[in-house]
Amino acid sequence: MSVMVQAENVYKSFGHVEVLKGINLEVATGEVFCLVGPSGSGKSTFLRCINHLEKVNAGRLSVDGQLVGYRQKGDKLYELKDSEVARQRREIGMVFQRFNLFPHMTALENVMEAPVQVKGESKATARERAVKLLDRVGLGDKAGNYPTQLSGGQQQRVAIARALAMEPKLMLFDEPTSALDPELVGDVLDVMRGLAEDGMTMIVVTHEMGFAREVGDSLVFMDEGVVVESGHPRDVLTNPQHDRTKSFLSKVL
Amino acid sequence: MTEKLSKEPADTPPAEEPSGTTTVIPASPVGEVIKAIPVRHYGRWVSGVIVIALLLLIGYSFSQGDIQWNAIPAKIFDDSVVAGAGRTLLVSVLAMVLGVVLGIVLAVMRLSKNPVTSGVAWLYIWFFRGTPVYLQLLLWFNLALIFPYLDLGPLYKDEMTDVMTPFLCALLGLGLNEAAYMAEICRAGLLAVDEGQTEASQALGMSQGKTLRRIVIPQAMRVIVPPTGNEFINMLKTSALVYAVTYNELLRSTSAIGSTSYAVMEMLFVAAIWYLVMTSVFSVFQFYLERRYARGSLRSLPDTPLQKIKANLLGLSGDRSVR
Repeated sequence: MSVMVQAENVYKSFGHVEVLKGINLEVATGEVFCLVGPSGSGKSTFLRCINHLEKVNAGRLSVDGQLVGYRQKGDKLYELKDSEVARQRREIGMVFQRFNLFPHMTALENVMEAPVQVKGESKATARERAVKLLDRVGLGDKAGNYPTQLSGGQQQRVAIARALAMEPKLMLFDEPTSALDPELVGDVLDVMRGLAEDGMTMIVVTHEMGFAREVGDSLVFMDEGVVVESGHPRDVLTNPQHDRTKSFLSKVL
Repeated sequence: MTEKLSKEPADTPPAEEPSGTTTVIPASPVGEVIKAIPVRHYGRWVSGVIVIALLLLIGYSFSQGDIQWNAIPAKIFDDSVVAGAGRTLLVSVLAMVLGVVLGIVLAVMRLSKNPVTSGVAWLYIWFFRGTPVYLQLLLWFNLALIFPYLDLGPLYKDEMTDVMTPFLCALLGLGLNEAAYMAEICRAGLLAVDEGQTEASQALGMSQGKTLRRIVIPQAMRVIVPPTGNEFINMLKTSALVYAVTYNELLRSTSAIGSTSYAVMEMLFVAAIWYLVMTSVFSVFQFYLERRYARGSLRSLPDTPLQKIKANLLGLSGDRSVR
């Protein structure tokens, strides 16, 4: 099985605060990889490092065999130009906790924006795919609505469609259901479940243990910037080995 | 006892409720409708009478003043007055365009990570905001005193007095000053856009320039447009200062007539009327512009005055059809 994301000894600090203290992990192509842990454990920061929204300070982080944000020549690392970083990001979709839809555009325009502006697709082609994607997330009838006219769950599903419009090979989900009312969580998780069934490689930072157990292929428990425990979600969630994992799970399950 | 008063103690008769504190509950078809005597606001009556009396007093004194009222309609569409108003409008619009374009550039420079560009932008704003616009106009007007020739090498060479026409002095003086204020307005607008917007567009692979043009600036406009409208209305009035650089704008052309015809005050009234008309027209224009950039931030846009009139008419005709 090929490797989509590989992290070797990844460090990240903000000023004097060390957030990631040597992360080692591998995400295989086509798997649903869940990251769980208490807040402040560094899981969101790690996710943001994968598409270079944060720069790693040490270690190596690569996506599909390519270093993220750097180029290695001999034993020297060169920072990539902004345009090269942008090219890497095109292939990685990201869904945010706070949706971050573009409020001045309709749902349809939100989904069309990147294919037209970044890939240079014709508006007709982009529109056709955007309509299909909105249908797929169950919002075909909301294409003309502005984000403020949509519920949180609907906004998040538009955000997923927007990320999919770039036809990414990897999707990152940063607590996609944490800002939602409980009764809206299900719709978003259904869309993500559908994506997983289609074989999309997904890294999901989540507090939805039910989703992790049911859909996840692997699960990593992080705390204070290190990987504490990893394995198949069913094993880790039902039979945690470390005390920290046990105490965290006892609080959230 | 009626149902709608169920919150109140049962023994209080409805008519004695002080109207200010009762919560208004829609009258049910069965229940008794409250007919309370409203609180009398005597203070409002007294202050209203005083204000009207003062207004009448002012009106009366103007009617007694030595004013040739007929001079105002006679001169308001005088050719030189209309031409002056046109020049005021022209120099205000062009100076504002210069100010907005340069202001956006300066705002982006100030927010850039390059210390040289942000420092230069800071210096520009510091100078042009820190000195009176009147002084800046005089600087441009007297530029020929220190640089008699404008020499751009092989491209262009001419006497400075030929280059620095009153119009160009006015345009540069007003426009460059405005740019400093616009830069601060634009910077505030750009900073007001949520950082998540930039992250989302970067995560989609958009370049910095595209992010700025397609995502950040359209959202910043909502914050930028209202103060910019204010700035423009201010500009229409500040443009009267270019009198100093002998540009023949509205105030200068009315004053010229005033001093030759001895109708000084009358011609100032004429100028005031023109300024009021221009600022009023632009206030309406600003309403529509703000409405356009409010897209997406409000669930439904506010009605335009036309739509309000239409709605009222429809409501009236609806009433009629009911009768």
